[in-house]
Amino acid sequence: MNQQKKIKMSTQKTSITFSRRSFMKTSSLAGGGLIIGFNLFNACKPNAKPSIDLAKLNYNDFNAFIKIADNGAVTIFSPNPEVGQGVKTSMPMIIAEELDVAWKDVYVKQGVLDTNNYTRQVAGGSQSIRFGWDALRETGATARQMLIKAAAERWGVDPSECTTSEGVISNAAGETLSYGEVVNEAANLEIPEDVRLKEVKDYKIIGSNVTNVDIDKIVKGENLYGFDFKTEGMLIACVMRPPAFGQKLESFDDADAKAVDGVTEVLSFGDKIAVLAKDTWSAMKGKKALKAEWKTDTKLESTEDHDKLLLGLLDGNKFETLREDGDIKKAFAQADEVLERTYESPFLPHNCLEPMNFYANVTPDKIHLVGPIQTPEGTAKHIAEVLERDFEDVHLEMTRIGGGFGRRLYGDFAVEAAEISNKAKKPVKVVFTREDDMADGIYRPAIKYRIKAAVKDGKITGYHLKEAAINSNMYGLIPNFFPAGAIENYQVDVANYKSNITTGAWRAPYTNFLAFAEQSFFDELAEMMEVDKIQLRLDLLQKVKGTTDERIQYSPERMEKVIKTAVEKSGWGTKPEGVYQGFVNYYCHNSHVAEVADVVLENGQPVVKKITCVVDCGIVINPLGALNQIEGGIIDGIGHAMYGDFTFQNGVPQSVNFDKYRLIRMKEAPIVETHMIKNEFSPTGLGEPTLPPAGAAIANAFKAATGKRLYNQPFSKYPELLRGPEKEIIG
Amino acid sequence: MPTYQLNINGESRSVEVSEDTPLLWVLRDHLDLVGTKYGCGIALCGSCTIHLDGIAVRSCALTLAQVEGKSITTIEGLSEDGTHPVQEAWKEVDVPQCGYCQSGQIMTASAFLKNNPNPTEDEIKDAMQGNICRCASYTRIYKAVEIAASKMA
Repeated sequence: MNQQKKIKMSTQKTSITFSRRSFMKTSSLAGGGLIIGFNLFNACKPNAKPSIDLAKLNYNDFNAFIKIADNGAVTIFSPNPEVGQGVKTSMPMIIAEELDVAWKDVYVKQGVLDTNNYTRQVAGGSQSIRFGWDALRETGATARQMLIKAAAERWGVDPSECTTSEGVISNAAGETLSYGEVVNEAANLEIPEDVRLKEVKDYKIIGSNVTNVDIDKIVKGENLYGFDFKTEGMLIACVMRPPAFGQKLESFDDADAKAVDGVTEVLSFGDKIAVLAKDTWSAMKGKKALKAEWKTDTKLESTEDHDKLLLGLLDGNKFETLREDGDIKKAFAQADEVLERTYESPFLPHNCLEPMNFYANVTPDKIHLVGPIQTPEGTAKHIAEVLERDFEDVHLEMTRIGGGFGRRLYGDFAVEAAEISNKAKKPVKVVFTREDDMADGIYRPAIKYRIKAAVKDGKITGYHLKEAAINSNMYGLIPNFFPAGAIENYQVDVANYKSNITTGAWRAPYTNFLAFAEQSFFDELAEMMEVDKIQLRLDLLQKVKGTTDERIQYSPERMEKVIKTAVEKSGWGTKPEGVYQGFVNYYCHNSHVAEVADVVLENGQPVVKKITCVVDCGIVINPLGALNQIEGGIIDGIGHAMYGDFTFQNGVPQSVNFDKYRLIRMKEAPIVETHMIKNEFSPTGLGEPTLPPAGAAIANAFKAATGKRLYNQPFSKYPELLRGPEKEIIG
Repeated sequence: MPTYQLNINGESRSVEVSEDTPLLWVLRDHLDLVGTKYGCGIALCGSCTIHLDGIAVRSCALTLAQVEGKSITTIEGLSEDGTHPVQEAWKEVDVPQCGYCQSGQIMTASAFLKNNPNPTEDEIKDAMQGNICRCASYTRIYKAVEIAASKMA
């Protein structure tokens, strides 16, 4: 079991030559130096304007550049929103690697929204590094090649005789020139048609531990976040929205609100009322003093109704089939044994610690927007549409983001800011209170899964996964995750109920609960079949090896490797008495993960002590940042599996602050021991993949410890887990 | 509106605000000390932690009448250049993900370690339990507090 099987891997060739795709233009910089324009994600627009008007150059207008000053200092603009996932550090690291400069000489700045020069300025789906990998390398390498050529021309030698190291070019005779000395000549060169990239073995920056580029500012409490942003004359707006989903504004009385010191104006837009004030506290007070009447527009829904509706969908036959292999009906008819289980999850709010906020200043010639947003382009376009303005009028700047988790994919708060500023004709920042943030959310939808497996002659012959969800169902790739391809008769069916409660992406959408359901199910299935839990998974993977089914998303070889490594590193099956373990393997967001939870009983109550995690995300750009994402994802996953609960009564959220909504805190956080699989596959993301398996890892360990199998989240609903067995007996 | 004299980061500051304004909003909106963060407004997340006469307290739940005449330290005043041993430890461990909660975490840790320079594991966890990190960087926060303790002891 512990023996490492040698796995044949087709490593991607890393020494690739690119045609000129991502480069646009280089120019001399007024006052000395070079700026290099690039299109980060090489879907370069054919009509993109390459020329740079240097007279207008400043940090606010230009962002899609590496800037090299004549003293050699390098500025790299990071285009994607920094939401805590670390891309403001890791994406520039990739450019710096190929540019071949010392990281200490690099200054990183956040780019603004710039659709002419960037594509996919999005923080979502753990995809920034995956999509940026080629273009970022190409960008750095192209710049380096041009700098070498400029030096070679000055020396009268062939560029092939020159080498670089940390921003210095050397020739065979031992002469040296720094990048800063040749940037002006390099700026006038043709952009090379093909560029050679470094080989993985030559990396100096990629794979090294690099500290978060904003660390000094963060520990000093400097102005970084949208909530901190301020302009002269800006007003703060607090918005009253319908208290229940399904309600509309009937009327309001703003006399008391206007009487609050500091309140300057009250205005309504749609079904919302905004209180504008000179400062945040006055705006919050003003909102509290508002009196509004609401009328019921559509049904006021409760959690009880949702539970019945979703179970009804699972019992019914109105499904859309997302994947169908073989004949599950036949498999179940011929089965020796059948296991069927239902798993239930609640809505979840995101609870970014920085509540939603956005700044807008809408004037006749410009719409200036500043704030924390995961989707700057989509939001800017939406605002242009709402205000019936040209997209070109919109200038959007991203601040550092105090948590996203999917909530800031939706720009509702930015649209509100723009609408209020447009109406008030003043610069305005909309701020949510914690109560607004939790009650006016775009939640993870409540979802229920029913899984049924057929077993014949000791083999799994049929697998049927059914999903019933509020509003929308799993995205199309998920039915092709593990165990798709491994079971001959396999079917994934989905159904949903359209609710008026707003729902959307929440860190690792769908898989954040599906992983718990499926991996709990496999654990129980192995128990029913009386087979080894690890061997069951490994046997399934054997059937996927060499598959010609191009829909299959995961690699059985890479999955097998994380499983075997986790078995070895976690001491699976070799723990002393009193330590109970739970195992999970999972694939999502293009990364493969295995997790083992170690649980002990303290006063009869299971306590999670440690998670051993094995991750294969290909080449790791910044191990220091990667470990932070992995540990955070796991603890976040445990926290929400344990405590996350969010219910509605007649359309009204029943918890709106941390007095009634529990988030995981330090004492509940286990030790996390991480092992990264080393290989040369192109890198994939880490913002999400370690979260989904965590809930199942601890649930499977709880089962081992207590004999109790958990089917519903949060686990805090099972009293014996939180209060101890003696209380269970009493009550 | 009443005027208050506050002693913040060693300086005397005068503010004129309504008497129910929490210290948090005075710091952020009136004195431009934005390192102290708003997270919940009910003293349950710890983002707004400051030192009041050296004790870690939640500034969202304090009125100015309660703090007048006392010594207030915010993250901006913890050290002149970000080199307090706790800040140094935070940098060494590379604690933050989104970073939003971290000034509150640092203020809680620094007040705690001043009074208990040789804490046990349980004491560290008890002290930090009131500060939420939504990104769940708890393992690093714990490690940084341990390192800071070894530097301060």
